[in-house]
Amino acid sequence: MMYKKLQLTLIIPILISTTGCASLGVEPWERDLLAKKEMSLNAAPIDAALDDHVYFSKEASSGGKGFGGGGCGCN
Amino acid sequence: MVAINTSGNNKMNNKMKTEKINIKAALTIATAALLGVSNLAQAESSTISGTEESAWEFDSAFLFYSEVDRVSAGEAIFNAKKTFANDEVLNLKLTIDALTGASANGAVAQPTVQTFTRPSGNGQYDVAPGDTPLDDTFHDTRVQLNGQWTQLIAPDYTASGGLHISKEYDYLSLGINGNIAVDFDRKNSTFSAGFSYFQDTFTPEGGIPKPFASMLVGDSNEPTWDEEFAKTRIGSEDDKSTADILLGFTQVINRRMLMQFNYSYSMVDGYLTDPFKILSVVDNNGVSQDYVYESRPDSRIKQSIYAQSLYHFDTTVLDVSYRYMWDDWEITSHTIDSRFIIPLGDSFGTESYLQPHFRFYQQSAADFYRPFIMDSDPLPAFASADYRIGEMTAFTVGLKYGLLVNNGHELSFRLEYYSQTSTDAGFEEPGVLKDVELYSSVDAIIAQVTYSF
Repeated sequence: MMYKKLQLTLIIPILISTTGCASLGVEPWERDLLAKKEMSLNAAPIDAALDDHVYFSKEASSGGKGFGGGGCGCN
Repeated sequence: MVAINTSGNNKMNNKMKTEKINIKAALTIATAALLGVSNLAQAESSTISGTEESAWEFDSAFLFYSEVDRVSAGEAIFNAKKTFANDEVLNLKLTIDALTGASANGAVAQPTVQTFTRPSGNGQYDVAPGDTPLDDTFHDTRVQLNGQWTQLIAPDYTASGGLHISKEYDYLSLGINGNIAVDFDRKNSTFSAGFSYFQDTFTPEGGIPKPFASMLVGDSNEPTWDEEFAKTRIGSEDDKSTADILLGFTQVINRRMLMQFNYSYSMVDGYLTDPFKILSVVDNNGVSQDYVYESRPDSRIKQSIYAQSLYHFDTTVLDVSYRYMWDDWEITSHTIDSRFIIPLGDSFGTESYLQPHFRFYQQSAADFYRPFIMDSDPLPAFASADYRIGEMTAFTVGLKYGLLVNNGHELSFRLEYYSQTSTDAGFEEPGVLKDVELYSSVDAIIAQVTYSF
């Protein structure tokens, strides 16, 4: 069960990076939209930090996007 | 580079327009002085010269969190970020929060008044018939400092390292982290690997309770009280360590789309029990006979997979992520988080945007979670009635409104509603427990103001 998930996690990126090499990605001059702030993976780090703290204190899961570590006695 | 130069030019224009001493310049000098930046004059001149070295960027935010009848918290963040000449980035963050209110102590509601001893051992509190027992003595203040340095160490290789310290009245957490990212295929793909390590020390008021010891209830002014209370304790402090490994892969799909996949492995060792939580021991009629302190295993291994995708439509941006988490306590969880960014252009006299937010969360219970203990059953190895490791569904809906104010600074407001519903994982409810609420819900309002300058 656990290994299946692990395999899946590793396989998806590998599939994308190998099979799609020819069609995926853009040339440097095609990055107009990707360069926008709202297209960054962590566009609002302050919101994310505050949210992580709320959900870390109230739920049994943490991390995933970044480190889920310790940090406070709220859990 | 474009963005950096623009901000440099903005800065120059502002400076020329007015001779006012602005807060940003003052903070820049103060921050530089605090850091002992070798040449203050250089730090100052860089803010007006528009060289490659950018000015400090500051973010400040205040969040107010309030649960109906339970916890209220306020949290303030001040973040300072500077990009140096060779794209090295220094990020410093100060977080201060304060919390007060009532929190479920783990015991079940009863048709009669219940009396509990406070975690400190000093005094008691009563809970009305039918009410979920809440301990209303929670209050804490926390100060947290983070520093992170990121730089290119070779073409296409970016390294980052950081430090973390967090101090509460009864808790200390120290942490380090490191990360390396490799770009390839015209920077369309990025592999990253990171680790973090936290060392936490918990010194709860009243000490560390003995697992499954009965809560002492009675008159705390009696001469023998302190001695009897001490018998339910095994020490004054305990610690835990957390080691995380995070592997990530980011791929640009096309001009409009970006994806990220992460796998994380987290090992937590040490004191994972909540010293403030208890369980009710009930008879065959569901009537409480005793309250015992909870007990959790001293290790936990959590793993998760995480996928995020950003898609740029003509003007709007959709940001969706999914996380699946599983651990060796048999907890599994699904989290879907999505944001939709709608630029409003200049329709309100200044550039602004609207951002709806939706989050869904569902978790299964830990294998040792139980809402109560039957006195006719043998004591389990571990048990906790903490609803946060029980079966639960939660959702968040929110809306953020951001606008550009003077000098291109951004001001934003965020209002969210968070609702948690505990659900029955299939425990039989004897006698009187059928008539009380065993699985309550928590509703909270989250309000936030952010100012970036």
